[in-house]
Formats: sequence, C-alpha cells, structure tokens
Amino acid sequence: MTTKFIKGNEAVIIGALYAGCDAYFGYPITPASEIAHAAAKWFPSVGREFLQAECETASLNMLYGAAAAGALAMTATSGPGMSLMQEAISYMAGANLPGVIVTVMRAGPGLGNVYPEQGDYNQAVKGGGHGNYQCICLAPNSAQEMCDLTMKAFELSFKYLTPAIVLCDGLLGQMMETLTLPEREMPRPETSSWAVHGNAETRPNLITSIFLDAPAQEEHNIQLQAKYERMKVEVASEEYLTEDADLVLLGYGISSRIARTAAEVLRSQGYKVGVFRPISLNPFPIDAMAKALEGRRAMAIELSSGQFRDDALMHLSRDAKRYQEIGLCNHMGGIVVSVDEVVAAAKKYMNWA
Amino acid sequence: MKTIQTVGMYPVFNRSGKETRATHYCAGCGHGIIHKLITEAMVDLGIQDRTIIVNPIGCSVFGYYYWDCGNVGAAHGRASAVGTAINRVKKDAVVISYQGDGDLAAIGFNHTFQAANRGEHMAVFFVNNAIYGMTGGQMAPTSLVGMKTKTSPFGRDPLTMGYPTHVCEIFNQLKAPVFIARVSVADTKRIMQAKAAIRKALEIQRDKKGYAFVELISPCPTNLGVNALKAAQFCIDQMEKEYPLGTFRDETANAEVRQPVKGKPSPKEFFEDDSHQVPPAVIDPAAKELRLKFTGFGGQGILSLGICVAEAAREERRFTSWYPSYGPEQRGGSAQCSVVISGSPIGSPAVDHPDVLVCMNQPSYERYIGDVVPGGVAIVDSTVPLEVAPPEGVTVHRMPAIDLSLQLGVPKAANTMMLAALMKLGVTGLQREHLLNALYASFKKKPELVEKNRVLVQEAEKWIEENLLK
Repeated sequence: MTTKFIKGNEAVIIGALYAGCDAYFGYPITPASEIAHAAAKWFPSVGREFLQAECETASLNMLYGAAAAGALAMTATSGPGMSLMQEAISYMAGANLPGVIVTVMRAGPGLGNVYPEQGDYNQAVKGGGHGNYQCICLAPNSAQEMCDLTMKAFELSFKYLTPAIVLCDGLLGQMMETLTLPEREMPRPETSSWAVHGNAETRPNLITSIFLDAPAQEEHNIQLQAKYERMKVEVASEEYLTEDADLVLLGYGISSRIARTAAEVLRSQGYKVGVFRPISLNPFPIDAMAKALEGRRAMAIELSSGQFRDDALMHLSRDAKRYQEIGLCNHMGGIVVSVDEVVAAAKKYMNWA
Repeated sequence: MKTIQTVGMYPVFNRSGKETRATHYCAGCGHGIIHKLITEAMVDLGIQDRTIIVNPIGCSVFGYYYWDCGNVGAAHGRASAVGTAINRVKKDAVVISYQGDGDLAAIGFNHTFQAANRGEHMAVFFVNNAIYGMTGGQMAPTSLVGMKTKTSPFGRDPLTMGYPTHVCEIFNQLKAPVFIARVSVADTKRIMQAKAAIRKALEIQRDKKGYAFVELISPCPTNLGVNALKAAQFCIDQMEKEYPLGTFRDETANAEVRQPVKGKPSPKEFFEDDSHQVPPAVIDPAAKELRLKFTGFGGQGILSLGICVAEAAREERRFTSWYPSYGPEQRGGSAQCSVVISGSPIGSPAVDHPDVLVCMNQPSYERYIGDVVPGGVAIVDSTVPLEVAPPEGVTVHRMPAIDLSLQLGVPKAANTMMLAALMKLGVTGLQREHLLNALYASFKKKPELVEKNRVLVQEAEKWIEENLLK
C-alpha cells in the first residue's frame, strides 16, 4: 500500500490516471492550476496526452472531441472558466458523451477572488448550459476523495454517458493530506458501440445532438430524462454521530469537515450534534438525508448564499413531501466559516444557552 | 427507388427518415462539389475507414448524411478544437475539419488559428462563400467591402465593419502548417485545381505529416440573391480579386512524419515507484489533537517548515493535514500554513486556535498571538518586538532564527532554526529523528544542502540548550 502526502489538486490527476484517462485538456486558473501542473508532468510520463488549450471554451470542446472518439478525457478549472465551458457541457450531454470536469470553486461572481467559496453549487449541480440536461456531480472532502471520486466520476460518466463534475473548492485543492494510492487501475470501458474510433467497425457511428424533427428531439429528451432517473441509484452520503442527535449539520465538501469539528466541540459541551454530508450532489441522496433529519432540526454550513441549503429544501419538499426548516451558517467572498461561528450559530438556532 | 452502389458517400439522402436523392443544398451551391471532391480523395487514398470528419454548424451541418466515414458534429466555431482532440487520442485516424466562413473566421477563429499554430494533424477545409448561409445571409468576416447582406444592408463599410479576413495569408505567418492553399469551385478548371489541393491535404494526413489548410471559394446563389451562373461568376470576378488563388505553402517534402510514443510505465508502475513508503495513519484515541500554525513572510520557508512537521507526523502514523494560505499573498506578502496532527480523522484543516504558533515576522505575531490557546506555546523570532502581550497561560519563546542563520552564512535557513527549536523544546511531541528525516528529505533535489543543514541544526540546538533550556 503506497501513500503520498499530496495536495488535493494533485490527487485528482492520480485518480484520473488510475481511471485510465487518456487526455487532459485545460487552461490555467487559480486555484485549480496545480491540477494542470500535475497533469503536465504526469500525463506524458505514462504516455498520455496533455494539451494546454487556448481557452476554456476550447478545453471543453476538446473533451467533446476526445469523448466522441471514445477516449477518457478530463479538464479542470474554476468558476470563470467553468462559465465558459457551459456551452460544450450542454453539447456533450446532448450527444450522450462522457468526460470529467473538475471545478475548484473560488469566490465570485465575476472576477471575485481566488479564495475558497461554494458559490458555484447551482452552476455545477443544476447546470449553466442550455437544455434539459443533467450532469453527475460528486463532492469530495479530502485529498483521498479528490483521487477516489475523480475515478468514480469516470466510472459513472462512462456508465451513463453524460459528463461528470467533481465539485470542490480552493481549500480542498490546496491542502495536503495523506493519499493511499488506488489498489488497481480501472478496466477500460467499452465504447465501440457508440464512439467514432476511425476504424471500419465504428464507421457507421455518429456523434451529434441535432434532431431537426421536433418529435424526434422530444423523444431524445425523454430518453435523457429516463437516464437521469436511472442514475439515482448512484447516490452516496456519509453520516457522523447522527443517531442520537438533536441537531444535524448539513454540509458538502470542505464545509462538512468544518461541521465535523464543530459537532465534536458541541458534543464536548454536552450538546447532541451530528453531521450529514452528501457525497453525490447529483443524484442527491434525498432518502438518506430525509432519514437523518427525521425528528431533528437541521442547519446547513456552506460557503455560499445558501444554494446548497435551498437545494436540500427543494429535495425534501419534493421527494419527502414535507417542509422542514433548515438553518444556515455561511460566509461568502472567500471567507471560510470558522468552527467558532458554527458552534455559536448552532447554539443560537437551537436556543441552547 | 432503384438501389445504386456508391463508395464513400451514401446513395440516398436520409434526413428525417425520408429517402431522397436530392441533397439539402441549393442549386448552384459549392458544398456538394466539395463534398464529392473530399469523398473521391478519401476513397482513392484508401483511408475511408480511418477518416473522421468534424461537421460544423452551418449549411454543412448535415455532412454526415453524405459522407460514409466516421462523423462527429461540433458546436458552432469549435470544429478545430474538436478535431484537435480527436487527432490527439486517435493517432491513426485521418481527421478532417470542415468549416464555413462564419464558423471558422468569426466565432471559431482563435480555435482554428491555435490548431494551425500547434500544427495539429488534420486537414481543415474552409468553405468561403463570403456570407452566412444557414443563418440566412448575414455578413461574414469574408464578405467583400460594399457587399450588401442582411446585417450590412447598406453595404460592408470597412470603417465600422472592418475589412475582409484573409485567413490563408494570416496562417502563412505561422511556422507549423505543412500546406496552405486557396482554390475555387466556380468552374471546371478551378474544380480540378481544388481536387488536387484536397487530395494533397489528405495525403499529408495519410502520411502523418501535419497540418493542412485549404480555403475553397464557393458560390452561394441563394444568399447572394442571384442565379447559379451569376454566383459562380461573382466568385471568379469579385472574390478572386480580394482572395487570390494559389498555393501559399507546400512543405510536404520536408515535413517530419509523426512517430508513435515509445513504451511508458503504467500509472501503477509510475506512482508506486517510491523508495520511501509511509504506512497509512492509524486511529489512536489516546493521542491529543495538536494544531499548529506557521507564520511569517513569503520566502522565509514557512510553508516548507509546516510540511516537514506534517511529514514527521505521518511517519508516526498520525492523521495529518497541511493547509497553506495561497493566492496573491503567497508572493512577497505574508505566508502562513496550518498543520493538524491527530489520532483520528481530521475535521477542519484550518487552525483558528493553535496549540503551537511559530512567528517569523511582526504582523503575524500581532495578528495571531491572541488566538493561541491557554497552555499553548509561541516560538517567535527575536527580531519581532513583543509590543502585544500574549494571552495568559501562553508561553512565548524567543528564538533568534533569522540572526543565527545570517551568522552561519545561510540566510535562507531561518526555518531550519525554527525546526530545531520545535525539536529541542519538544512542543510537537514528534520524535527528533522523524523531524530531521523530514527536513533532509525536503532537500531530495539539492543533496548538498543536507550536510549544511545538519550543521545548522546542531548550532541551533546548542544555542537553545545554552539560552532557552537553562
């Protein structure tokens, strides 16, 4: 078992290469650049392609091209670059193409700054491109998961033939932790039935998202929705000390780590607090969350205006057919919520002395 | 319908499930001719199975209804980016990017330009008819001066709309392209020249020699609002004045043939090839979580000092996290990092209340000393004036890290002095051997520094023994 002390951003590339990623196309942007740096070193070292694209629009259209040819390809970026990628994400979803996009959130909107935020939740989870499409979205919270969930993103993306997004933030990307290397490389997915490889077998295959005939376009959309329905079995989540909790802190990514420490501090002061953490944001682990919140109060910890909290509320009201108040302890602008702030907000929310 | 045999092209046009032999192109349009020339070359050269054509947005969006080869549809303007990726992952494929003037020279110009500059292995066929076709007759980058279109109803005025774009001439400034030519399909003589150019571009792909760019002047009677003959005449009389035909470059004879990449290790072989293996952390409920903060100026080695401590903790099978400040401030301004060492999985990697604070400059001392927990320790460089009193119960050690390193002639090693202080004062609970190993391992690329630092550590420890531990 080999371990490395490594930045989350670098762990992404190890995961990608163990997944069998053939090509990396990317454009530098803080705080995601270490992913490109690691890719530039390691992809050629194992005989894979690395290309610095002219812009993020190009990066993602390159992902489209590589996927069309049946290759495993990836890119990584941060908010402003992710905005430019929305066009091709929609085209990939429309053409049933797989690929992995890692987005390391920074503060926005606009230029913002390069410090950690989670304000791109809706962009990643709900999608910023045009049309009735969805992407798979996974949210790691450690260097280990930056690696493991990048691998998982490739697996799911090729299973469902839709783009997969790994949603993380600047803090996770920059921090170093111990990574245990994956035990084995992922088997190569079969792509000859749909991809265009440039050989006789795949010559009849066609990659496109155009259906000029309206009923055909509707049928295509119906098929896409059916696929998203099938994807729901892939939900993943994690709980910490929720069994006897009065208050459950909700958070994904780095916020779930802060919530964990806050729960420990509150427990040491005699308050029963637990943590529920979605690992997959799309599909959203609504059943597990509804069960974890049953008869308990909830408060979301996040580095955004409450985008994740609002989505959790939407899922609760739609799937569990109930409304539950969810408190919010947040920061925006690149300020990380501190454990002290979570502890204070939890006490105020619960009317604990 | 009688079955006819075709090679390289489908016998019937099959859009919307209605089979027809009529194409979707207008009478007198140049696309059909260009499609046929590409098909003939593809079949003659025996590359039909290897060929992948990137279909653009525009009238030729339905190219895949005609070409019997691999087909990929691209977003508007992005065909050269899509083609780039295909040739990168399928090195034996023959990649063709087929693009119109709006697609290639307006929205997608940069992608096309960059792909040409990188010398991507693909043939780009640029259909220039001086107008937007499918969108319905708007001004193109290649529309002529004075030309009336839907978006230049009073004629193209170069003062506000710029001049016609000469793509071949621009690309001819680049080093990488192997072949650049402008041809026309306006009459039979010209079609024969176009045929030769298209064939050449595909031969270059077959032989893996690099980037080929062929601009094709092509009539669009519908959007020019004239009949087929007049549209062809417009190409010859007016477009050729602006866009002279000819071969701009042919480096085929000198172009290098792309060779396959030689054997490389697998990711598993590559990443597991580490001489020093550290086992994963183990849960130890008895171990108290230790939270450290390292602060100072960028360039003082603050971040690497934190990594040394973290690596030593890993050696002792502790859960360990290291979190730096980053962004503009890492270059020249203040630098700081948080290290958490624990016997169980770590929650927040950010340290708000350190047990141990290392301070190498005044602003950091003033900013963070108040955060140290009671019973905690601060190790502060002697150059920092203690104008702010530490909180009660916090022990402050003064360490002349900067001065000592200057005296010893290694001004960059103040962080090594601080590491010696952490060791000698025993505040991390980590073994001296592990901290030293981590320090020496950090000089893996500069082994000459290991011996130097060994001496520095000895000197620093001597100073600490004589001054701090008496």
